[in-house]
Amino acid sequence: MLTRLLSGDRPRSLVLTVILLAILGALAFAPFLFPGVRSLETAARICIFIVLVASYDLLLGYTGIVSFAHTMFFGLGAYGVALASDAMGRGWGALAVGTVAGALAAAVLAAVIGMFSLRVRAIFFAMITLAVASAVAVLVSQLSAITGGEDGLNYSIPRELTPAFRLGEVMGVRINGKLLNYYLVFTCCLVLFLVLLRVVNSPFGRVLQAIRENEFRAEAIGYRVVYYRIIATCLSASVAALAGSLFAIWLRYVGPDTTLSFTIMLDILLMVVIGGMGTIYGAVIGAAIFVLAQNYLQTLMGSAAEATAGLPLVPDLLNPDRWLLWLGVLFILSVYFFPTGIVGRLRTGR
Amino acid sequence: MSDPILSLSGVCTDIAQYHILQGVDLEVGRGGVTMLLGRNGVGKTTTLRTVIGHWQARAGSIRFDGQEITRMPTPDRARAGIGFVPEDMGIFSGLTVEENMTLAAASGPLDTARRDWLFSVFPPLRTFWRSAAGTLSGGQKQMLSIARAMAEERRLYLIDEPTKGLAPAIISTMVGALRELKSQGASILMVEQNFAVAKALGDQVAVMEDGCIIWTGAMADLAADAALQERLMGLSMEVEA
Amino acid sequence: MSVAPDHSPTFARTSLAERLSRAAPYLLVPVLVVLGFLAIGAPSSWLTLTVSGLAMGMMIFVMASGLTLVFGLMDVINFGHGAFISVGAFVGISVLLALGSWTGAPSLALNVAAVMLAVVAAMIVTGALGWAFERVIVRPVYGAHLKQILVTVGGLIVIEQLIHVVWGPDEIFLTRPETLKGAFTFAGAAIEKYRLLAVVVGLVLFVAMRLVFTRTKIGLIVRAGVQNGEMVEALGYRLRLVFIGVFIAGSALAGLGGVMWGLYQEVITAGMGEEMMILVFIVVIIGGLGSIEGAFIGALLVGLLQNYIAFLEPKLALISNIGLMTAILMWRPQGMMPVVEAK
Repeated sequence: MLTRLLSGDRPRSLVLTVILLAILGALAFAPFLFPGVRSLETAARICIFIVLVASYDLLLGYTGIVSFAHTMFFGLGAYGVALASDAMGRGWGALAVGTVAGALAAAVLAAVIGMFSLRVRAIFFAMITLAVASAVAVLVSQLSAITGGEDGLNYSIPRELTPAFRLGEVMGVRINGKLLNYYLVFTCCLVLFLVLLRVVNSPFGRVLQAIRENEFRAEAIGYRVVYYRIIATCLSASVAALAGSLFAIWLRYVGPDTTLSFTIMLDILLMVVIGGMGTIYGAVIGAAIFVLAQNYLQTLMGSAAEATAGLPLVPDLLNPDRWLLWLGVLFILSVYFFPTGIVGRLRTGR
Repeated sequence: MSDPILSLSGVCTDIAQYHILQGVDLEVGRGGVTMLLGRNGVGKTTTLRTVIGHWQARAGSIRFDGQEITRMPTPDRARAGIGFVPEDMGIFSGLTVEENMTLAAASGPLDTARRDWLFSVFPPLRTFWRSAAGTLSGGQKQMLSIARAMAEERRLYLIDEPTKGLAPAIISTMVGALRELKSQGASILMVEQNFAVAKALGDQVAVMEDGCIIWTGAMADLAADAALQERLMGLSMEVEA
Repeated sequence: MSVAPDHSPTFARTSLAERLSRAAPYLLVPVLVVLGFLAIGAPSSWLTLTVSGLAMGMMIFVMASGLTLVFGLMDVINFGHGAFISVGAFVGISVLLALGSWTGAPSLALNVAAVMLAVVAAMIVTGALGWAFERVIVRPVYGAHLKQILVTVGGLIVIEQLIHVVWGPDEIFLTRPETLKGAFTFAGAAIEKYRLLAVVVGLVLFVAMRLVFTRTKIGLIVRAGVQNGEMVEALGYRLRLVFIGVFIAGSALAGLGGVMWGLYQEVITAGMGEEMMILVFIVVIIGGLGSIEGAFIGALLVGLLQNYIAFLEPKLALISNIGLMTAILMWRPQGMMPVVEAK
């Protein structure tokens, strides 16, 4: 039963199993284990990024193509919910319409980009997605009448999902709409994750891996490489859009910085590489470590910078604003020395 | 053979996970043409590519004129005096014929006397001297490819199927040119599928099968023995040219 | 010896259609200029926009040329190329700011000397940085596109952040040297002096590059190497050394482009290279990977179109490039003048 749920792709490492179970447990009972607004925010963020990163891994790790438009698809889902809620007013219908519309738009856009670039050569895809994503980001901030521009959009979601909806108290934790909202996010993310696990372990997923390993052989055996890559791109894009919708439902706000920025794209890349490309489980570990580090490590860097204030250059290097510098270094080192990431390392038992 | 210009011993070459050459032992004598024959896919082209260094030998050793070149980078092998005419001709199609020839003279400007000699061997090169090489016909490209190898005097020529896909009239030009080269005392290792051409030019023969040399001897002996041809190469390759 | 029959060329004269299709990319720039004239109507605005479009195009070409060659020669796609643009701008502008008394003087000689010094400094630093980048970042990942993209993006982030460490977190504003300020009027159109200078510099560079590529052996090696690197090695040339040389030269040109762009915008930020890379990629793609001429035409098209559209319909300016790319890829999926065969 459990094996079926995991599509036969078990973690295959005791340490990995323990870590994954710990993360699952921590997320499932987050409101009770770590009470407080900030930790619930962190937990929801981790859930959503796990799905976002896993959907990216479908592209990068399993299909072997690099996209810089994943945040664009994420943003499409988020803006879908926001615009629908804005236009249709607060309601479940708006959430559903926005989510479906966002996912469809993402799939269509991904198919169009794929047809232009993957047909010729896979690296076109990386360059073209970069160009298109940046153009969309500019467009969103320019069309302020519709999208709210740089300020983004605030909107209402059904009352049952907001803190104003109170149900009582369990184990000293107030049960309110925010908690329901968290469990909505958690459940949807869990389902999406299992679906992705199913996809990569299906015959379709095996073909993708065959293409990644040897494009010419796969083509020679008779698989239409371009077709498979485009499908994978669409799938990955729609799951990213769904994650974006959940993010929008959770935050009740969308803006270019929180959903479309290139920085988030880099975060996703880092999470995939650190967790382990081509493993799906890597997304869980990558996202959990990264989001936690982002929240708590920057504070640490700040104090380190203060402690070294007398030295030349060092405090500048340790300034919390230079967080990306160290991520970049870590990223390069991971690609060189841990191309299979944490999960790959754990699985090979070293 | 005493003092060969090129000798391979136990050369193994892998392409990806496939073992293509499985212990090739081959000697190419000074002066004259050694023909490398065999069915499609037995490793003839891979042997030439291993000698020039486009594939690295996993095991075995390659000696060129007494010098160990097994691990040497391709440019150094070329500079040591090996001229290479690849199977796909390797023409720089965006460059003119002149530019192709300028590049071929790696150690300095193209010698004018040598250029005129090549013009006399391959007249179309003069006609299309300033045209883009990509606009040449297949036979002209092949002439350019061989002329490029001949742009400077090399100690060894590796020539991969110079008559592939060419019309009979052009094949005879090719044979004439190679005979001219041979008459100057050049050493040539050549892969050829056209047995008539092989017979016309070859002095020595090495026959390959499954990544190994299975027979070596004089061309005359092989040409005279139809049964031997049958055994070594499946069907008789004798065709009227 | 039997004299070979001088078998006459088997191909007929190239047909008109074929010749047109070969010349088509070259015709696109004049066609776009004429279309711009028709759409804008006012000759003076059109002239101003055309000059600034050409100036922008030239600067993008300077930045893009190295990238397309590096790709063509070694199949290396360098997403970190933008870092050289930013570093070049910061080094060059720092030199200019340090030479404030030269740039502030109304003397053409002093101004030019200051700019030259800035450019040389920027090119030396970015060239050296390119050399280090090739050794440390790119070399270990030859032949692996996926890793190349990831690692060079990592390199871009690190260099960009190091700019922040060295020059501080804020953008730097600057003014152009005294004699390069302002505009003059020609045929009723205001033309900024600096833009005209940028056009001239871009043209000179393009012509110089063409000469190097057609008249020198090293140029021939590069062109041949883009088409068939293996054969270049079989002729006795060390392609690796040539490649490193091209990488360094390309990085230095990106640095030059950075200085030019900084003087054009009169402000520099650490992220400017990353932003420019989007245009550079579009140019490289529509030009055809590995093609210098393609990159040149592509850059001019992007620069002109963006300026025309910004005048006609400002909100569409950035989207216009995506539209241009889409149109060209629909016409020629490999780009206008691909040199490298699709793999």
